[in-house]
Amino acid sequence: MPIHTAHRLTDAASRIILGKEHAVRLALACILARGHLLIEDIPGVGKTTLAHVLARLLGLQFQRIQFTSDMLPADIVGVSVFDQREGAFRFHPGPVFAQLVLADEINRATPRAQSALLEAMEEHQISAEGRTWPLPEPFFVIATQNPADQIGTFPLPESQLDRFLMRISLGYPDRAAERALLAGDDRREMLARLPTELKPGELDTLFAATRAVHVGPRLLDYVQALLAHSREGAGFAVGLSPRAGLGLLASARAWALMAGRDHVLPEDVQAVLPAVAGHRLRAADETPLPPERLVCRLIEAVALP
Amino acid sequence: MSSLRPDQAGWLMASAAITLLPHTAHLPLALSAICTLLLAWRGTLVHGGRALPHRALLMALAATIVAIVLIEFHHLFGKEPGIALLAGLLSLKLLETRSVRDGRAVVLLCFFMQLGQFLYQQNMAIAALAFIGTITTVASLLALQGFAEPPRARALAAARLILQGLPLMLVLFVLFPRVQGPLWGLPADAYNRVGGLSDSMAPGDFARLGESGAIAFRARFEGDPPPPAERYWRGPVLTRFDGHTWRSGPLRSGEQPAYRPQGIAYPYTLTLEAHNNHWLLALDFPAATPGLRFTDDYQLLAREPVQNRQRVTLLSYPHTPVGVEETVFNLRAALALPPGFNPRTRELGQRLRAEAKNPADIPALAIAHFRQSRLSYTLEPAPLGRDDVDSFLFDTKQGFCEHFAAAFVVTLRAAGIPARVVTGYQGGEINPVDGTLVIRQSDAHAWTEAWLPGRGWIRIDPTAASAPQRIENGLAAALPDSTRLPLMLRADLAWLHGLRNRLDALNNSWNQWVLGYNPARQKELLSGLGFGQPDWQTLTALMGGGSLIVMGGLTLWALRRRSSADAIDRSWALLCRRLASIGLPRDAWEGPLDYAHRLARQRPDLAETLTSLATDYARLRYGPATADPLQSRRFHHSIKNFRPR
Repeated sequence: MPIHTAHRLTDAASRIILGKEHAVRLALACILARGHLLIEDIPGVGKTTLAHVLARLLGLQFQRIQFTSDMLPADIVGVSVFDQREGAFRFHPGPVFAQLVLADEINRATPRAQSALLEAMEEHQISAEGRTWPLPEPFFVIATQNPADQIGTFPLPESQLDRFLMRISLGYPDRAAERALLAGDDRREMLARLPTELKPGELDTLFAATRAVHVGPRLLDYVQALLAHSREGAGFAVGLSPRAGLGLLASARAWALMAGRDHVLPEDVQAVLPAVAGHRLRAADETPLPPERLVCRLIEAVALP
Repeated sequence: MSSLRPDQAGWLMASAAITLLPHTAHLPLALSAICTLLLAWRGTLVHGGRALPHRALLMALAATIVAIVLIEFHHLFGKEPGIALLAGLLSLKLLETRSVRDGRAVVLLCFFMQLGQFLYQQNMAIAALAFIGTITTVASLLALQGFAEPPRARALAAARLILQGLPLMLVLFVLFPRVQGPLWGLPADAYNRVGGLSDSMAPGDFARLGESGAIAFRARFEGDPPPPAERYWRGPVLTRFDGHTWRSGPLRSGEQPAYRPQGIAYPYTLTLEAHNNHWLLALDFPAATPGLRFTDDYQLLAREPVQNRQRVTLLSYPHTPVGVEETVFNLRAALALPPGFNPRTRELGQRLRAEAKNPADIPALAIAHFRQSRLSYTLEPAPLGRDDVDSFLFDTKQGFCEHFAAAFVVTLRAAGIPARVVTGYQGGEINPVDGTLVIRQSDAHAWTEAWLPGRGWIRIDPTAASAPQRIENGLAAALPDSTRLPLMLRADLAWLHGLRNRLDALNNSWNQWVLGYNPARQKELLSGLGFGQPDWQTLTALMGGGSLIVMGGLTLWALRRRSSADAIDRSWALLCRRLASIGLPRDAWEGPLDYAHRLARQRPDLAETLTSLATDYARLRYGPATADPLQSRRFHHSIKNFRPR
C-alpha cells in the first residue's frame, strides 16, 4: 500500500515538474526519511515549484520565507509584542511555524539569520523570550540556494550543510521536457488545481513503513565500508560523519520503499549517496572535482562485501 | 611511517611489563629499579600525551644500563648478563618507540624475553606467566595492525589466535624427536646454586637444609611403601674425619652391589630433582639395575651427574645383611680418628670398651649413654668449640642429626668399633592427592653404621635415641614447639598443608609429563598408541604428517565456517564468473539489480533469467528472512542450469 502511495506522489509531481523524475524521487525520499532538503541551482529551473508541489501533495501546512541580506532572526522565528489589553508581551510566531518551510535563496541572508533557521531545523523548537515553542510535527525545511559563485551571497558553512539530509540540483530540462513545458499550461494554475494526494494520517503510515524497511548485516557491512573508505581512503579530505551514515541509511530505506521493496539493497544506497554525501565530502587534492564525480569515485572504490 | 596511537603504546607497555616481571627475580636490583622507572616514565608520557625524550638522554641511559651489567657480572656475554642487558634495553626501547615499526621491534624483544624466562626456571608459574605475556604481546601485534578496539575484545582476539595454534603446538611437542639431555648447551652457570647434600659434612650443614622446604625427590611405590622407620634414603657415606669435617672415603664402584639382596622387596620409581652429583638416593639396599653403579659402601650412583630431573626405577631390599665380609682396608678406615681432637669423647669410648663384656654390646651402651646425657634435638644448636664432638656431648648438649651422628661415630671408633656416618634423607611424606612420597630437603638426615663381626654393617640412628619422633613422624614433630619453623613445615596449619599437597601433585604431573617428556617417555607414549618403537625418521614423518593434518583441519574448518554462511554468495559468484567468461563481467561495486539491468540492455535475450536471478539473490542476501537450505539449494540449482553463451 505505501508503495502505491509513493508512486502516486511521484507521478503527480512529475506531471508538473517535467523531466526531473529522479530529482523529484530524491526529494520525496528525503521527506520520507524525515530530513531537510537543500536544492541548489541557478534561478528559474523550478526549485520553488518543487517545494510547492511537495507541500500540496503531502497536505502539509506551507510557509515561504524569502531570504534577503537585511533579514533579522525575528523575521523567521517571530516577535514578542506588548499586548495593551492583557498588559503583557505576546509571542507572534514567525513564518517558521509551519510543517513545510520553503527557505528561498537561503544564501542571500547573513549568517545570523541563517543560523536562526538552522537551529530550528536541528531542535524542532524555537527559543524566544526565555521560553521554548515547539514547531509543528512533522517539520521540514526545503531550502534553495543559488550557486555560491554569485555576487552578494553568504555560502553556508560545512557544519550547516551537514544539517541537510540531501542536497540536490535540478538542472535544465531536456529538449522534450522543455517543449512540453513551453507548450503546456501555466504551472502556477496547475499548482493551484493540484489536489492533496494523502489522506490525514497517511503520511505517518508512510514514515512508519520507511522505518520498517529491513536492513541486513550485509548491507550494514557495505555502508560501513563506504564510511570507512570516505574517512581513510586516499582522495578524501573530509569523510562522512556518523550523522551522515544514519542519514544515508534512512534515505536508502525510503528509496527502497519507493522501489517497492521491504529491504535495502546496495543499489538503494548508491542511488541516494550522491545527494546525501555530495555536500559533505571534500576532495583531498587541490583540483576541485564536481561532487558527483567525488561520490562516484567513492562508490567505485568500495566493492560489495 | 605511521606514529603510534595511545592504545598501541599501552599494549606495548603492558607486554613489556608482564614480560619483565618474572625476570625481576634474578635481575640485579638496580636494573629492576631502572626498568620499573623507565616503564613508569613512558606511562606518564603516554598519559600526558607529551613527547618522547631526546636521543642524547637515551644514549646516556643505555650507557648506564651497560655499566650496571658490567659492574654486576664483569662481562656482557653469557646467559645472565645477556638477559639483564636485554631487559634494560627493552625498557629503554619503549622510550624511543614512535612508529609502528619500532613497535614491532618491541614485540619481537618481548617474545624473546619470554623464552628467556625458561633459561632460569621451568615451573608451571613461569609457564603461566609466559602464557599471559604471549597473549598480551600477540594483542600488541594485533593493535599495531588494526584500528583501536576495546582492550577486552583485543585480548580475546589474541587468546583465540593462540588457541588456534594450540593443536599444532601439541603435535610438535609430542612428536618432535627428543634427544637425551638439553637440546642446546646452556652456559655452565645453569647448574650452580642447587641446594642439597654434599660429599662432606660439618656441624651446621644439616640444620641449614632443615629450613628448606624444597623438594629433593619423589618416590612412587608399587604397592605399600615401607614404614617410616625404614625409609632411609642413602646418599654419600662419610668415613674420613679430620677433627671437624667428615668426607667420603676413596670410592671403588662396580656394576654389581657387594651384597646379595634378600627379604621383602619394594619396587618404586624415583623422580630426582637436579643436584649436580652422581648419587641417586636409593632406599637401602637396591638390587642391580642396568646402567647404574654401586660403590663398596653401598651408594647407588648414576653415570652422569643428575643435572636434570631424572626418573629411575628401582627395587630395594631393606632387610639385606651387608658387609659381613668387609675388607680390612675399609675397616681400618672406619676406625681412624685424628689425633689430638675430642679427648673427652675418646676417653668415653675407652671406658665403654672396658665396661662391655662383649664388643657387640658397645653400640647399645653408647646409645644408653647418649640417652642418659639428655641431649636435646634442635635446629639452632649453641655454637661449639674446637673439639666440637666434645663440646656437643659434654657442654652444650644441643645438636641436630649431624652432631648426633658424628659424636656417635667418634665414640664407637674410640671404643674400637668400626663406624661411619651415612648421609641421605629419612622419612618423607605421602601426598594424599596423588599418593607419591615427597622427600624434601628438610628430610635430609645423617645416621651411622657400625660394623660388628659376623653381622656386618648395622644401621644405628643415634638421633632416634634422643628424638624418636624425628624418625617416626618427621622433623616438625620432633622439634620443641618453641622452634620457629618455616611456615610450610608447620604441622598445625592443616589447610596450608592440604593446599601444598595439591600444588605438589600438580607440579609432579607437570614435571613428569611436560618437563620430563624425554626420549623414554616419548617412546612409552607412542608405543602405547601403537607406533612400536619409532626412530627419529619415523618421528619426523609423524610430526610432518600430524602438522599437515592439523593445519589442513584448521583450514577446512575456517573454509567451512565461511561456506556454510555463504552458499548463496558462492552461487552468485559462480553466475558472475560465467557471465564474465562471456565478456559481461560485474564491477566489484555493482549491486545485483543494477548488474542485471545493465546486462539486460546489452543482452535482451538473457534479460528475463538474469533479472529473476538477480532479484532472488538480492532478496536472499539482503532480505529480512534468512534463507532456508531449500531456497538456497533451489537458487543454486537455477544458477547451475543457467549457461549463457
